[in-house]
Amino acid sequence: MAERKLMKGNEAIAEAAIRGGCRFYAGYPITPQNEIPEYMSWRLPEVGGRFIQAESEISAINMVYGAAGAGARAMTSSSSPGISLKQEGISYICGAELPCVIINMVRSGPGLGGIQPAQSDYFQTVKGGGHGDYRMLVYSPCSVQECVDLLYDAYDKAERYRLPVMILGDGMLGQIMEAVTLPEMKDLSSLPKKAWAADGSGIGKDRRIINSLYIVPDELEAMNRKLQKIYDDMCEREVMCEDYLTEDAEIIITAYGTVARIAKSAVDVLRENGIKAGLVRPITLYPFPKANFARTMENPCVKEVVAVELSMGQYVEDVRLVAEGKKPVKFYGRSGGNVMSPEDIVDFVLKEVK
Amino acid sequence: MEKIIVAGFGGQGVLSLGQLLTYAAMYENQYATWLPSYGPEMRGGTANCSVVIDAVKPVASPIIAVADTLIAMNKPSLDKFQMNVRKDGLIIINSSLINDKCANTEARAVYVDANRIAHENGNNKASNLVILGAYIKHSGLFPKEVILSTIEKVYANKPQFIPSNKACFEAGYEL
Repeated sequence: MAERKLMKGNEAIAEAAIRGGCRFYAGYPITPQNEIPEYMSWRLPEVGGRFIQAESEISAINMVYGAAGAGARAMTSSSSPGISLKQEGISYICGAELPCVIINMVRSGPGLGGIQPAQSDYFQTVKGGGHGDYRMLVYSPCSVQECVDLLYDAYDKAERYRLPVMILGDGMLGQIMEAVTLPEMKDLSSLPKKAWAADGSGIGKDRRIINSLYIVPDELEAMNRKLQKIYDDMCEREVMCEDYLTEDAEIIITAYGTVARIAKSAVDVLRENGIKAGLVRPITLYPFPKANFARTMENPCVKEVVAVELSMGQYVEDVRLVAEGKKPVKFYGRSGGNVMSPEDIVDFVLKEVK
Repeated sequence: MEKIIVAGFGGQGVLSLGQLLTYAAMYENQYATWLPSYGPEMRGGTANCSVVIDAVKPVASPIIAVADTLIAMNKPSLDKFQMNVRKDGLIIINSSLINDKCANTEARAVYVDANRIAHENGNNKASNLVILGAYIKHSGLFPKEVILSTIEKVYANKPQFIPSNKACFEAGYEL
């Protein structure tokens, strides 16, 4: 069996990205994700990669745009205010159909906010924080091992669909230490050649142009139709969701990321007290796990659904959409960097849910 | 399952004490999470970490509302966390820096003169290991040998500290 190591979430993300093929990183420091650039700064040169501390977040995302356009497996990371700055670049990368990986270790907002855990970037992430009709594959890992597993294959997914993969975490996920098993380094020489990459190999024959400007409406509409087919394909294949004790559950708690772990402990406590609770934990936030929720909403056992999140109520809106009024959906959230305990969730369920 | 809060000043080895417990759990093929406070209070002020260890299944919540054990290395930490310890839980108090008695009378308090014992065992910085020794003795969470071998593995790149760290741990254990 492979060796188990004790790693911080941020460090494990960096190492797993490298083992999955990352060879270019550009970023600008911000708490609570600084261990990612710190790790990349010494580790990438060891594997022949490049690390750049950019002069700003905007610069960093555009360096990723350039590196991805040249065919590199490129990555940037930041936290909420920094991710806001990157939105223009993310939209351009989507418009130019380039694969890359972007990490957001969310901190509390709005504005400069605080540095403690939050999930208040949900809308920005899954509804398109930048302009235009674009989508990204969005993962919300809840453990350090899940970070490793998702990052390891993130570039394969990004290149399959030619779009960014975003990891939505929070300070808790970045700072927590857990034992992980790391996979082998991927052999990059075995990957298929990128026929679209502006890496110099098309000179004189077919010109390779990286661009997101389509000035003719019919051309841009055709482009958007093509992108939509890609997103539809992604929705078919990439949904990931964990259902925990849902079969006979009367109360469904739903949460994502680290909050789902806290909710899972709450489910266990409720079960110990004779209350049939279950958990639905989306691992992909886009595509949203509609089928899992449909099962929950059709399940005659289920009386109520409780959406739990570290925001004033964003994720709950998508839960209510998929509920289609079939089950009542209650909301329990904390914000400002305050994190609920399992006991807080149990208290909410005992008081507010029939 | 064991839920432990370790708290004190920055520099007292609070975070590394928690990490040693987490490493020990990993080496014993158990499950553990280590979650540090990383707020502005760390800059020159107090530090704490939450460690959850489960022998049989993966840890769900790393957040601790009610602790089984509090390790308080200084007075602000005792004041802040002692009422979060469950009935019949354990509170290990660094009596070198804390003159107060434990106000949580439903928990079991153990007083350890950790700074003095660390000094006597040749490592002024290892009061955290004295405390760890006392905690392992009173909790029985792991056999003593597991922690001793964990110290050897974790400090393998700083071998000069291994003998005094082990001596401080043993001194705390033998109290």
